[in-house]
Amino acid sequence: MCRLFALSSRDPVSPMRAIEALNVMKEGHDGSGVGLFLHDLGGPFAETKDAPILSGIFTEDGLKRLDAFMDERGFVTKATLVLDPRTKTPEGTPIRGVYMARAYEIPADLKAASKAERELTYMAIRVALRLTGEERDDIRVFSFWPDTIMVKEVGDPLTVAEYLGLDRPELFARRILAQGRQNTNYAINLYACHPFFLQGVCTMTNGENTAFIPIKEYLLSRGFAGYMGYQSDSEVFAHIMHFTLSRLGLGIEYYKHVITPLSDTEMEGHPDRALLGRIKQTCRKLIIDGPNCVIGCLPEGTMFMVQDRKKLRPGVVGGHDGIFAFSSEICGLDAAIPDRDPRADVQPMHLDTAIVRPECQEVTLCNQLQSLPRPH
Amino acid sequence: MQSTAVITPSTLSVVDLPWQVEWNKDTCTLCGRCTSVCPVSAIELGVFRKRSVEATIALQKKPTNSYSIYYGIRQRTDPAYRCIGCGMCNMVCPNNAIAPRLRPEATTLKFHNNRGGAARTRGGRRNDTGSLLDQIKFIRISMLTDPALDAGRHEFELRTLLGRVLPPEDGLAALADNAWVPAVREIYPLMIGSMSFGALSPNMWEGLVMGVSYLNEELGMPVRMCTGEGGCPPRLLRSRFLKYMVLQIASGYFGWDEIIKALPDMKEDPCAIEIKYGQGAKPGDGGLLMWYKVNKLIAAIRGVPQGVSLPSPPTHQTQYSIEESVAKMIQSMSMAWGFRVPVYPKISGTTTSTAVLNNLVRNPYAAGLAIDGEDGGTGAAYNVSMNHMGHPIATNLRDCYENLCIAGKQNEIPLIAGGGIGKNGNLAANAAALIMLGASAVQSGKYIMQAAAGCLGSEHDRCNVCNIGVCPKGITSQDPRLYRRLDPELVAERLVDVFLSFDTELRKIVAPLGRSTSLPVGMSDALGIGDYHAANRLKIKYVV
Repeated sequence: MCRLFALSSRDPVSPMRAIEALNVMKEGHDGSGVGLFLHDLGGPFAETKDAPILSGIFTEDGLKRLDAFMDERGFVTKATLVLDPRTKTPEGTPIRGVYMARAYEIPADLKAASKAERELTYMAIRVALRLTGEERDDIRVFSFWPDTIMVKEVGDPLTVAEYLGLDRPELFARRILAQGRQNTNYAINLYACHPFFLQGVCTMTNGENTAFIPIKEYLLSRGFAGYMGYQSDSEVFAHIMHFTLSRLGLGIEYYKHVITPLSDTEMEGHPDRALLGRIKQTCRKLIIDGPNCVIGCLPEGTMFMVQDRKKLRPGVVGGHDGIFAFSSEICGLDAAIPDRDPRADVQPMHLDTAIVRPECQEVTLCNQLQSLPRPH
Repeated sequence: MQSTAVITPSTLSVVDLPWQVEWNKDTCTLCGRCTSVCPVSAIELGVFRKRSVEATIALQKKPTNSYSIYYGIRQRTDPAYRCIGCGMCNMVCPNNAIAPRLRPEATTLKFHNNRGGAARTRGGRRNDTGSLLDQIKFIRISMLTDPALDAGRHEFELRTLLGRVLPPEDGLAALADNAWVPAVREIYPLMIGSMSFGALSPNMWEGLVMGVSYLNEELGMPVRMCTGEGGCPPRLLRSRFLKYMVLQIASGYFGWDEIIKALPDMKEDPCAIEIKYGQGAKPGDGGLLMWYKVNKLIAAIRGVPQGVSLPSPPTHQTQYSIEESVAKMIQSMSMAWGFRVPVYPKISGTTTSTAVLNNLVRNPYAAGLAIDGEDGGTGAAYNVSMNHMGHPIATNLRDCYENLCIAGKQNEIPLIAGGGIGKNGNLAANAAALIMLGASAVQSGKYIMQAAAGCLGSEHDRCNVCNIGVCPKGITSQDPRLYRRLDPELVAERLVDVFLSFDTELRKIVAPLGRSTSLPVGMSDALGIGDYHAANRLKIKYVV
């Protein structure tokens, strides 16, 4: 089973803190891969918060094609971080090329465009790069978004982290999602490695999504270029969150109502039953059936954890003012934030969404039976 | 056959008949019950002359003959009086002395059931035991990668939606604007398929309605029943139980005078309106109620004279195209109930289903599409229509569902599949297979008749006399002497048994697949079949 670990901190922290927490939970995962999402960066990239950063792995030919591709679109390189391997290639980890994060100056016409248009362009470029890279196996791109870096590779998380030298200031971040396993139910593929990213929304999941195929078919038919990929059945959780936020204009409190709606009986006495009934009806194809624990980060830095309706996966949230962590197991939490009060730890149950806002002051539990903020 | 009889082209012997009556002289009490109960007079009192030769040992005396008469049962061999295998003779026999036996190798009758130039008509089904749905297996079992659920202990929400569901963005916007949205009903995914009041006896119909009402009001299972083309008893139209009924309007418009008249008095809206364009058992034919069954009550409800056959036209005579049908019928029917009731068409399985569906997708009032496959049953049809016309449901449904997925409408227009579900007794497995192929709900008629009322039909041309009103169980007869055999209370009880056991079996299928929170519509990754071509065609896994 996957092991997940996420950190939300007021001050930037090293990704190794999350990787070490994953390592503590090693007994529970097979160490077959690592995926990292780093947002709200603290190193040199912090000076260019608005510049989109492209994260991925490139062969030499891939780099040449990338440069031509970006030049053609008027994007100019602003800063580049190359992760040079520092140790011998770990067993089972292929030699793929250059691990790179590159910030770009965007063209003038895009600067003048609306935020939504810019965000759509970033997504379109990422998808186009991914597709062209898949044709020749020379470009793998995980994110193209301001203030965001992603790293993915096959192998034991700690070994890969040391191999890539992830303990460097450029990678210090306030929001970190880390996952320690490759997909086991479908083909091994870096694009199947969590976390999954789309337009600032990033989620990772533990467990298997038994309702994957109907959900995937539904998302694919929404006519949105970003709803693609699906090498992993967990990718849909990120896309459903994106759909909830951007297509439906609903906040994080509504996410769980989309994926695990209340039963009709529970809904009867709910103050927002008309709205919840409508969500349940119209988003029926997005209902998940577990067993899943989903941890994610929203574009503005809010982090959350939700469980499936049957609460068949572990998950705990804890920390103290300034830093909070979301973990599959308490031992991971103990390793990352030993100085917290464990009595204040929260294990979200089948109706809960645990939320930590970017201010990192507290864990808020949002129960599905509570009334909801009005939709935008 | 006696040797002195004239031999004509249609003279048959018992061995030419597929159903042969075996009678045991030793156990027969000659009570005569079997001959009186036989719905087709296939057996009669036989008077037999018996010669016995008595010879002494070593021929000490000359052998002698003695002649005697004995009485028994004789099977008639005239094709018009052939045994239909219903087995009522055995049911009433106190000593189990008589029973029909199927002899599949006896095919001669098939060439002689068109005497007088009248092609054979019958009720029933296709009479083919093959079932692709029975071959489908559920192969994606959750065990170690994710825990299987406990079918007996977990909470399950196995409901489906009937009605046009708006896309999420539009649905939420409509709520914010307090705008009209199409009616949507949350119902149980197994519906009782259309069987008309007229095709079914009053006792059968009453039993079904009582059972459905009990399931809804006592057990909280929102089961819905389709009326078929024959209207509704006026009292039901004006009762609260109307909300459990799906009223059908077909090309004969039978019963709709009564329905329209009852509109002002209706306490409840019906669940939905089904516009029948076709029936899986006899595609391209309209409904048919033969004169035998049009008695005073049926004639009154349908607004026709007594004792005349009621063949509905093959299509709605007021429409000449699908655009007309959709625009006119769906709008008219929606308007009649103030746009508070879902209205959906029902068609026979056909290669043109996707064309119909694509048209419905563009109509904001179309509440679904029901497709009836070739294995559906009927109360009356030509043998050739039943046996050779029609399209299997599985591929038809799959094509339609995939079309919906391409159009992005897969949660918006429910597909209701029917035709052969449970034909070999595997109701839940067949229903679940269709749901996972893309059906939002399934309709079943024959299984319900067999399980809830003891219909004797089988896939071996057994009984099949629904059309002439001599149903030995009183299910499809309008003769009170026959339908009094059927106790409506017991039909209701059996119907409840059927739905409860179906529900248990459905859970036993979805729980190991790790599904409980929603009906697994379109979960095709769970399906496998040992037929390579079928697997490719249905886009499910080929497993051997």
